[in-house]
Amino acid sequence: MPFISNGTTILDNGAFSASLGSLILLSEQTASASASISFTSGLDSTYPIYKFELINIHAATNDTPFKFQGSTDGGSNYNVTMTTTRFKAGHNEADSYYTLSYETGTDQGQGTGFQQISQNMGNLNDENGSGELYLFAPSSTTFVKHFMCRFANQQHAEQGYDDFTAGYFNTTSAINAIQYKFESGNIDSGTIKLYGIKDS
Amino acid sequence: MAVVSGGTTLIDNGALDAGVPTGSLILLSTQTASASASISFTSDIDSTYDSYVFKFINIHPGTDWNNWFAFQASTNGGSSYGVTVTNTAFRPYHNEAGSQTGLNYLDSYDQAQSTAFIRLCEDTSSANADENLSGTIQIFNPSSTTFVKHYLGRSQTGISKVGQAYTVDWYGAGYFNTTSAINAFQFKMNSGNIDDGIIKMYGVK
Repeated sequence: MPFISNGTTILDNGAFSASLGSLILLSEQTASASASISFTSGLDSTYPIYKFELINIHAATNDTPFKFQGSTDGGSNYNVTMTTTRFKAGHNEADSYYTLSYETGTDQGQGTGFQQISQNMGNLNDENGSGELYLFAPSSTTFVKHFMCRFANQQHAEQGYDDFTAGYFNTTSAINAIQYKFESGNIDSGTIKLYGIKDS
Repeated sequence: MAVVSGGTTLIDNGALDAGVPTGSLILLSTQTASASASISFTSDIDSTYDSYVFKFINIHPGTDWNNWFAFQASTNGGSSYGVTVTNTAFRPYHNEAGSQTGLNYLDSYDQAQSTAFIRLCEDTSSANADENLSGTIQIFNPSSTTFVKHYLGRSQTGISKVGQAYTVDWYGAGYFNTTSAINAFQFKMNSGNIDDGIIKMYGVK
């Protein structure tokens, strides 16, 4: 039986006629002097792609990078083997320095450490970083799990950076949790949202 | 009247219930250029959403050569566009003949504490009717009065230059170095009109 409101069919034979969109907000966490932010639910086979939005991430400690890692045991441990690439574009406010370069020292080759996704960020009141991270098919037990991240952030010496980080969790176990934290000190403030992207 | 399925309220008094998952990319505005000097978004940019996405589609310039698509922000509702920005710019390119490739930082096109309009692409031209550019910008928390406002941009341009046709994948990112709320954006060509094109603004829930 169709359900019609003001001339528009909203439900027809039990299905929504109206588009409900493909980007679905699953979870939102706000940091407040938090040692880390972990997402331990919502990452499963429901969606083929998951997207994190990182908004106004502000460090409590000066001169420290923002990082993330995955877990295959629901968040008990964050130490999945990763192989990654990193490059950056940077430019300072004084217009005396710019760069487009590979980040040899902060990539990983079969490492299990937290993966850096920013420069060493500053902690002045207005300094922060924002960006996005895509994780593909984390629940696959056949394939390794790829991710792509782009993060705009301010290095502590008044430099703006556009950081690109990508790679794969080299495991055929399902990734079911993700954790974010600074290398040193707390996440003073910031919001991280987890979305699922529906099949088209 | 409510519609209830399996004990879950789907629609209550004509509105979808909050428990029904809906999309998070919310279209707020669409504007279509037609020989337009500029396109401005002066409403709906506030604290409702944590980030806003602009998609610009098939932007075609009205003026030939040495011309590029650009944007700037406003803290006074669109009375003026010229917020201080520091940003980066780089792009890979490849010509149709397969004989030229490159990946370069664009020192001439970035900005350091500048209030000029922010370049979003390689030079474009009105000479060929099929040439155009498309891309996206995401700006984070524009209404913050605490933090500077970061943006991420990327565009794809097909251009003809010195007898060669190129594809150019442009990356630009940076921050509006202000703790005032940004509440309007304007897009325009460096020279002449936007002959044709669509710009859409979304809020991300």
